[in-house]
Amino acid sequence: MLRDDATVEALQNASHMAEVRGRSLWADARARFFRNKAAVGGFVLLMMIAAFALFGGLLSEWEPDFVDFSLMGANASEGVPSFETGHYFGTDSSGRDLYARVVQGTGISLMVGVVGAVVAVIVGTLYGAIAGYFGGRVDGTMMRAVDILMSIPFMFVLILMLVIFGRSIFMLFLGIGLISWLDMARIARGQTLTIKNKEFVEVAVATGVHPLRIILRHIVPNLLGIVIVYATLLVPNMIIFESFISFLGLGVQEPNTSLGALISEGASQMQYGVLWQLFFPLLFFVFTIFAFFFVGDGLRDALDPKDR
Amino acid sequence: MLSFIARRLTVAIPTLLILVVLSFVLMYTAPGGPFNSERPLPPEVLANIEAKYGLDQPFWKRIAVYIHGVIFNFDFGPSFQFKNRSVNDIIAQGFPITLTYGFWSFVVAVTVGVSLGIAAALRQNTWLDYLAVGISIGAQVLPNFVMAPILLLVFTLWLGWLPGGGWAGGQWQYLVMPVIALSTSYMASIARITRSSMLEVLNTNFIRTAKAKGLPTRRIIWRHAMKPAMLPVLSYLGPAFVGMITGSVIIDIFFSTGGIGQFFVNSAFNRDYSVIMGITILVGALTILFNLIVDLLYAWIDPKIRY
Repeated sequence: MLRDDATVEALQNASHMAEVRGRSLWADARARFFRNKAAVGGFVLLMMIAAFALFGGLLSEWEPDFVDFSLMGANASEGVPSFETGHYFGTDSSGRDLYARVVQGTGISLMVGVVGAVVAVIVGTLYGAIAGYFGGRVDGTMMRAVDILMSIPFMFVLILMLVIFGRSIFMLFLGIGLISWLDMARIARGQTLTIKNKEFVEVAVATGVHPLRIILRHIVPNLLGIVIVYATLLVPNMIIFESFISFLGLGVQEPNTSLGALISEGASQMQYGVLWQLFFPLLFFVFTIFAFFFVGDGLRDALDPKDR
Repeated sequence: MLSFIARRLTVAIPTLLILVVLSFVLMYTAPGGPFNSERPLPPEVLANIEAKYGLDQPFWKRIAVYIHGVIFNFDFGPSFQFKNRSVNDIIAQGFPITLTYGFWSFVVAVTVGVSLGIAAALRQNTWLDYLAVGISIGAQVLPNFVMAPILLLVFTLWLGWLPGGGWAGGQWQYLVMPVIALSTSYMASIARITRSSMLEVLNTNFIRTAKAKGLPTRRIIWRHAMKPAMLPVLSYLGPAFVGMITGSVIIDIFFSTGGIGQFFVNSAFNRDYSVIMGITILVGALTILFNLIVDLLYAWIDPKIRY
């Protein structure tokens, strides 16, 4: 009897479970992501930084390009961060409000990262999917080209380009776009190789669907998980990359600024005892990178459970 | 093995050629020559100077002369900025310095990173593991251009322990900060990669067999787990090498070490194209050579790779 009771109970449980709605892959991933405290923390931090970049300017009492000549040269003593003067983060060596500058710099750095990631997602995914799907000689040639591009020291070539064609945001975006998709193409290709032998692709081939349509409708959607993960992890790398170039003075030009340019300026001022000019840009830089890494790691654990 | 090397070289050499041609074409299309300054030179003088540097020749002749010089004589031509120096002189002056601190940074990044990673993997979920993971996450957001000012601030301005810059023939005081600044973020990545691949290897069947046979832990780690666990680390060394060479630009700016990075940026601002090209090609050649060595090591360590 006892055993029967247990069986009945188990059956009841089972029938109860059957009523639970099936969870999609994405719902599953979302649940996994939100269980990960570090990832959620990173996500919240990222939202706050994005809000800061978008709406932080509204709180600012000064324009980013307003030069207060009375503060010029007296930055170390007069430009100290304070709420009374409205310079929350202090001023920089030319008497500009650092808060407004950091808002502007954070925005541009985020934009650079996002543009790099978008190019990587579009170009890299399509390139990799096409190479992987067609295979054979097409694959060999396309991937050999990626190999060759990857072994070129791009930072140096980009600097050469910036010197020759002049420094502008456009050149910077072009340079970042040129390199960002390479890794993504490799990842997408590898994933396509495993997907293209699945039954649903065979069915599509058998029913005579056009190859490009198969790639766009059947393969690319199945790549999305891994693509999103690597795009998120690519953003901080692009931000570091841009900051590096701007740090050298070759990237974003005045009156625009980015976190790298601000860090560079701050580093040159610290010997005069002006630490806030290094501290605030650095803080936002580090937080942004941290947040992206945590969100990326969380997404990887959520969407790509094999790879930990 | 020989055919593997040969096949890799068939990729490496065209890559290098593409790099040479690409940078030459970029330089050729540059608007304005290196001698177009704010105070325009008299046309005769300009013509004389251009003739001296061969700038009056047609494109094909110039590129042929350049490539010939690079390949057969390792000659990158004269510098446009420094009248009596060739690009080779500049490289000969700066490169040994870059090589010295680059080498030590590489050694530090690999040894510290690998030991930290292995220690964390062996003591998984203890304070040591958390410490190692914490360090590697923290160090990842500190690229060299962030590390360098922080180090300068702490060790030179506040503590006054280390000189703020210079080279002085490579004495250790002058090496400490460049090496730390350059190696930190790579150390962190290597530690992370080592930890996760070691954890993976320690869960495989052949390690379980080794444990079941009663082998001492030390022997299991060094003889059995080490080799497969090092494969992902090895494939990271290529990008790390490129990153460190690029980072040397920052190191030279911050610590006035006088390596090629300093000349590179200096030439970038002075439009000294021949120096920029020479250094770009040198770095490209080094990268390709280094990737080749990593590939060979990979094939040697990983028995699954057929070459």
